[in-house]
Amino acid sequence: MTMKVGSRQVDGVTIVDCSGRITLGEGSVILRDTVRDLLGKGNKKIVLNLQDVNYIDSSGIGELVSAFTTTKNQGGELKLLNLTKKVNDLLQITKLYTVFDVKDDEASAVKSFK
Amino acid sequence: MAMTEQRVSYTLDSSLETIDSAEEKATRIAAELGFGEDEIMQISMAVREGAVNAVLHGNAYAPDKKVTLAFERTGEALIITIRDQGPGMDLSRIPNPLAPENLLKTSGRGIFLMRSFMDVVEIRPSSAGTELKLIKHVHGPTAGGKEASQ
Repeated sequence: MTMKVGSRQVDGVTIVDCSGRITLGEGSVILRDTVRDLLGKGNKKIVLNLQDVNYIDSSGIGELVSAFTTTKNQGGELKLLNLTKKVNDLLQITKLYTVFDVKDDEASAVKSFK
Repeated sequence: MAMTEQRVSYTLDSSLETIDSAEEKATRIAAELGFGEDEIMQISMAVREGAVNAVLHGNAYAPDKKVTLAFERTGEALIITIRDQGPGMDLSRIPNPLAPENLLKTSGRGIFLMRSFMDVVEIRPSSAGTELKLIKHVHGPTAGGKEASQ
C-alpha cells in the first residue's frame, strides 16, 4: 500500500492525516512534498497524524527527521500524533522519541502549539 | 531463481522494485517458517534495509549490476545473504545513529536497525562487492524472546 495524505485545518493547526507506508521512494517523496508545500504556504504549525501508517523504514524515519528540522528551521513546529505500536517502537530504539513531540490525542496536540 | 529444499536464491536488478520484492519474499518465507508476527516484521524490515544498502549504496542503481538474495533454513535459524556488486562498503564510515550529533541526521540508520532486529549481522566488504549475512534464530514456542539459542 502506497502512502496517502490529506490535510485539514483545526484552530490554525494543520493536521496531516497519513496512511500507508513511509518508505524509500514514493512514500518519502509524498511526505517531503506535503510538508514543503505547507511551509511554502505559511502553515507552520503541523501535526502528522500517523494513526494509519503501518510501516516506516529507515528512509521514512529520515524523512520524518527532515520534516521536523525543515519546519523548525523555518520557525515552525511539527509534532507527531497517534503512533502505531510499530512506529512507536522504531522511534524508541532510534532514540527519536526524545526528539519529536509525540501526542496521542488530537485535541491536546492542537492545544499544545503556542 | 534457484531453489533447493533448504535454500532459495534470487538474482535481482538494482532497482526500487527489488527492495519491495526482497521485503515481500522475506515476509513470506519467514511466515512459512513459522516465525511470530513481530519476528516476521523484524526479518522483513532487516531484509528491506539490506536491500536498500545493496541497491543504493552498493550498486548505485547501476543497470549492469545485480543483487543476489538468498534464504537458507537450517535446523536452528533462517540465514539470509544479500550480495551486491559495488565497490565494497567502508565499515569505518558507519555512523552511530544514537550519538547525539547524529540523532537529527536523515540517513545512517539502516545497519543499526538490522542489528536491532536480527540475532547476527555480518558485513563482508570486498572489491567485488559487499556480502551481508543476516541470521534469525528459530526460537522455541515457549522461549518468547532473544534468550534462546545463540
